[in-house]
Amino acid sequence: MTSIAKPRIVHGGLNRNALGLTIRDYEGGMSTLCAGCGHDSVTAAIVQAFFELDIPPHRVAKMSGIGCSSKTPAYFLSASHGFNSVHGRMPSVATGAAAANRELYLLGVSGDGDSLSIGLGQFAHAVRRNLNMCYIIENNGVYGLTKGQFSASADVGSKAKKGEVNQQPPMDAVQMAMALGGTFVARSFSGDKAQLVPLLKAAIKHEGFALVDVLSPCVTFNDHENSTKSYAYTRQFFHRAVHLDYIPPAEEIKAAYDEGEVMSVELHDGSKILLRKISDDYKLHNRGAAIDYIRAHHRKGEIVTGLLYIDGSEPEMHTLNRTTATPLSQVDYRRLCPGAETLGRLQQRFR
Amino acid sequence: MSATKSRINDFVIRLANVNGTGSASANTLLMKVIFRMGVPVMGKNFFPSNIQGLPTWYEIRVTKDAYLARSGNVDVMVAMNAQTYQKDLKDVTSGGVLIYDSTWPRDRVLSRPDVTILGIPLARMCNEHFSNARARILMKNMTYVGALAALLDLDMDIIRTLIEETFASKETLIQANMDAIELGAAYVREHFECPLPTRVETLNKTSGHIMIDGNTAAALGCVYAGATVGAWYPITPSTSLMDAFKAFAERYRVNKENGERNYCIIQAEDELAAIGIVLGASWNGARAFTPTSGPGLSLMNEFLGFAYFAELPAVLFDVQRVGPSTGMPTRTQQADILAAAYASHGDTRHVVLFPADPKECFELAVTAFDLADRLQTPVIVLLDLDIGMNDWMCEELRWDDAYVPDRGKVLDAEAVEQAQKFHRYLDRDGDGIPYRTYPGVHPKGAYFVRGSGHNKFGAYTEDSEEYKEVVDRLMTKWRTAARLVPKPEIRRSRKPTDMAIVSVGSCDNAVLEAIDKLAAKGIYLNYLRVKAFPFGDEITEFLEQHDKVFVVEQNRDAQLKSLLVLETDYPKARMESILEYSGLPMTCRCIIEWLERAAAKGVAA
Repeated sequence: MTSIAKPRIVHGGLNRNALGLTIRDYEGGMSTLCAGCGHDSVTAAIVQAFFELDIPPHRVAKMSGIGCSSKTPAYFLSASHGFNSVHGRMPSVATGAAAANRELYLLGVSGDGDSLSIGLGQFAHAVRRNLNMCYIIENNGVYGLTKGQFSASADVGSKAKKGEVNQQPPMDAVQMAMALGGTFVARSFSGDKAQLVPLLKAAIKHEGFALVDVLSPCVTFNDHENSTKSYAYTRQFFHRAVHLDYIPPAEEIKAAYDEGEVMSVELHDGSKILLRKISDDYKLHNRGAAIDYIRAHHRKGEIVTGLLYIDGSEPEMHTLNRTTATPLSQVDYRRLCPGAETLGRLQQRFR
Repeated sequence: MSATKSRINDFVIRLANVNGTGSASANTLLMKVIFRMGVPVMGKNFFPSNIQGLPTWYEIRVTKDAYLARSGNVDVMVAMNAQTYQKDLKDVTSGGVLIYDSTWPRDRVLSRPDVTILGIPLARMCNEHFSNARARILMKNMTYVGALAALLDLDMDIIRTLIEETFASKETLIQANMDAIELGAAYVREHFECPLPTRVETLNKTSGHIMIDGNTAAALGCVYAGATVGAWYPITPSTSLMDAFKAFAERYRVNKENGERNYCIIQAEDELAAIGIVLGASWNGARAFTPTSGPGLSLMNEFLGFAYFAELPAVLFDVQRVGPSTGMPTRTQQADILAAAYASHGDTRHVVLFPADPKECFELAVTAFDLADRLQTPVIVLLDLDIGMNDWMCEELRWDDAYVPDRGKVLDAEAVEQAQKFHRYLDRDGDGIPYRTYPGVHPKGAYFVRGSGHNKFGAYTEDSEEYKEVVDRLMTKWRTAARLVPKPEIRRSRKPTDMAIVSVGSCDNAVLEAIDKLAAKGIYLNYLRVKAFPFGDEITEFLEQHDKVFVVEQNRDAQLKSLLVLETDYPKARMESILEYSGLPMTCRCIIEWLERAAAKGVAA
C-alpha cells in the first residue's frame, strides 16, 4: 500500500479531545487512492469517530486484507499498529490478535472482494465467533486494483464499465451477518458522514462483532450510468431506516423522543446508543423482520441503511472461553508454567 | 511346540483385531504390564482411517536390549480377525506361535508346519461367562490378555494393579476384567504347557522411564513453554496434540477460585484460519501454536510465506502422515520435509526441527517457541504419526525451573520511549534480526505488518535496492538461525570407518539397532541424526569426513537427501538412499538388508 507522508500542520484553533489530542493525531499518510474515492470519506469518518471517542491511537490495531479498501489503514491512525494480511484472511489474524490481547480495539477494513469472495469463510466465522471488533466493508461492487471485474456484491443487471452485465445474484454481507447470528449489523453510505460517524462510534464500542457495510463508490471503475454502486444511484436510492445517536458514558440523554419510537441500548462501557425509527414500518431489534425489510426494499432497488440489528447480550469470544481478564500476552510466565515438581508428579500416569 | 525357539525377553507379539471392539486398551495394558516388569518394550498401532469394523493391528516388541524399533519379525501372532487370518498366518516368522479364537472352526488349509497354532475358545468362554452383549465383545480382549499372561508368564499382580488404576473406583468393572483375565489364563494352563519358551522374565531396565506418545509430550512442551493461544483444525494424526494441550491446560491453567482460563484454544474453520490466528496472537506477544498434518501444511503455505517475510513468530507441529494428497491418514511417513523447509511461493525457507522420540517432542517444543521468538519466524516441528500417536518408552521428562522463555528482541514501552525513532526492520546487531514492538504498548512503536514489499524502515516499497536490502538481510538472519538451531546427534563407530548413515526423526531406533547388528558382522558405520534445518557446520563437516553416506528416511523421493544436496556442498554421487515409505514404521531389518546388499556389491566392503 503506497502512501505519501502528510505534512503535519496543527492549527492553534483545532479542538482537542479529552486526551488533549487533535484530530490530526488520528490521521495517517496521504491517500493514494483515486480522487473522489468513497473509501477516503470512510477514512475521514474513522478518524473522526476515534477522535470523538477519546481513544488513544496506539490502543487500536488496524486490520486489513488485500484490495483498495485494505490499503486505507495507512491513511488513518498513524500511531496505531497495522496488519495488512493476505487476501481474505484478516478475520483470522484479528481473532489471534484478540485472543492474545483482549484490551485492544480491533478495527478491520475490508472490501467486498476481500470479505465476500476469497474471504467469505473467514468473514462468516468471525461473525459466528462474535469476535470483539469493528469490521468495515468498503463495498463498491467491483475489483479496483485488477481494473474493473465484478465482485460478488454486484447487483443483477448492474453494468460494468466495459459494458458487461452482471447476471449472478449479489452476496449481501448484511443479510448474511444477520443470518449468522451477528450481534451488530449496520449499513451506511460513504457519502453520509452524519450517519456514518455515530454508527462507527457505536460499532467500535460494541462488545462483539460489529459489521458496518459501507457503500463506497469506485469512481474509476463503477461510477457510471447503469451501475447500482455509483454515487448517483446510491444517493437516489439509499433509504435511512433507523437513526442512531451515540451517547458517551455518563452523558445524559437530552433529546426528547416519543415512546415506542426509540430504543436505548446500553453498551458494555456504559455508553448508550439511541435508535430511532425513520421508516414507520421498520421493527427495531427483530432479526427476521430486518431481513424481510432489507429484501423487500432491495427488490425495489433500494438500499436500507442504519443500525439494522443489535444485540449486546450475546457473549463475545473471550466471555465464552472464560479467558482471564489480563490479556494473555501479559500473563506472567510463572503463572503459565506448572514447574518441575508437577512434571515429575504428572508422569506417574505414564508409568 | 517343539518348533518354538526360546526367546526370553526378545520377541514380537502382533495382535490382529477388528477396530472399534475395544482391543486398543487391552493391547496397551499388555504392553504396560511388560514395561512394569522392567522389560523394555515397544508398541506400534497400525490402525485404519475408520471408526468401527476394519482390520487393525498392534505390535509389541519385547526387547531386553532396548531396541525400540520394529524388528521386522512376528514371533507371537494373536489372530482375532477372521478377515485377515490368512495374511496374519503368513506374516508369522518361522518358529513362531499363532493364537486364534477356536470358538469357530478354522479352515484346515490355513496351517503352517513351522508355526505352532494354539486355539482358545475366547468368544465361547465370554458368552458363557458374561450376559451383556457389549461386555462379551470387550471382555474377549481381556480374555486373550489373560491367555497371553499365562503363556508369556506375565505378572498377574501387575495386571491387577493396572486394571485397578484404569477403572479407579468402579469395583464391578475391575472384577469383570479380572474374571476375563482368569478365564483366558485358566484355559491355557489347562490345555497347553505354560509358559512358552518365548516369554517374559522380570528385569530392572525401565526405571527412570515412561511410556508416552509424542503428541502428548509436545502438548506438555507447549504448556511448559508458556503457550497461551492454540489454534487448530482437527486432522489425523495431530488431533491428540490439541486434545492433550486442552487437558493439561484445564488442569494447570485454570484459576481454581473463579474458573478463569490462562489460555485460549480456538478451533478454526480451516487450517488457513488456524495459522492466521497463530500469527495474530504472536504479533501481539502471546506464544501461539497450531498442530496439523500434511494437508494442513499445504493450506498454510500462503501465510507461512507472509510470516517469513513480515517476520512473525509461529510454532507449527506437523505430525506427518502418508501423502500425497489425503494419502493414508493413519499411516506414518516423513514426506513433508521439503514442503516444510521451503513452504510458500517466492524465496522462502523455514526453520524445521526433527524430534526422534516423545522426549524430544517435549524438549523441541520448548526450543521451537524460543527459536520462533528469537528469530521472529515460523518454526515447524516435524514429527510423524509413529512418534505422535504411539506410546514410546523414553526417559522421564525433566524440567529446569530456572528456565526463562527467550522472547527475543522486543522493545517495551520504556525502550520505545527512549528511542529517537523506532524502525521495524533495521539490522542493528549485525545478526539479521531486527527489533519489534507489540501493539498497544506505545504510540511511537507503531508499524505496519505487511506481506508486500517493504524497506528496512518498515515502509511500503517498490524500489529494487530497498527490496533487495531486506531479503538479503533475511539471509543474514538465516545464517544466524543455522548457528542457533539444535546440533545434530553424532555417534561414532567403535572402529574407524569412512561410511556413515545420516537419518532423521523416527528412523533413529531402527538405525541404532542396525548399526549395532552390522558392526557385529564387521560392517562399521558412523551415524549423524539431523535435528534441525538450516544445517549447521557440524553437518557439513561430518559429511566431508566420509566417502559414502547412506541417507535413511521414510519417503519415496529421498527428501532429506535432496535437502542435503541443495544445502551442502557434499557430492550427490556419494550419497545413497535407504527408503521405507510403506506407511508402517521403519524396521531395522530394512536398513540391515540394504547395507548387506551394498556390502555384497562391494560398496560397503
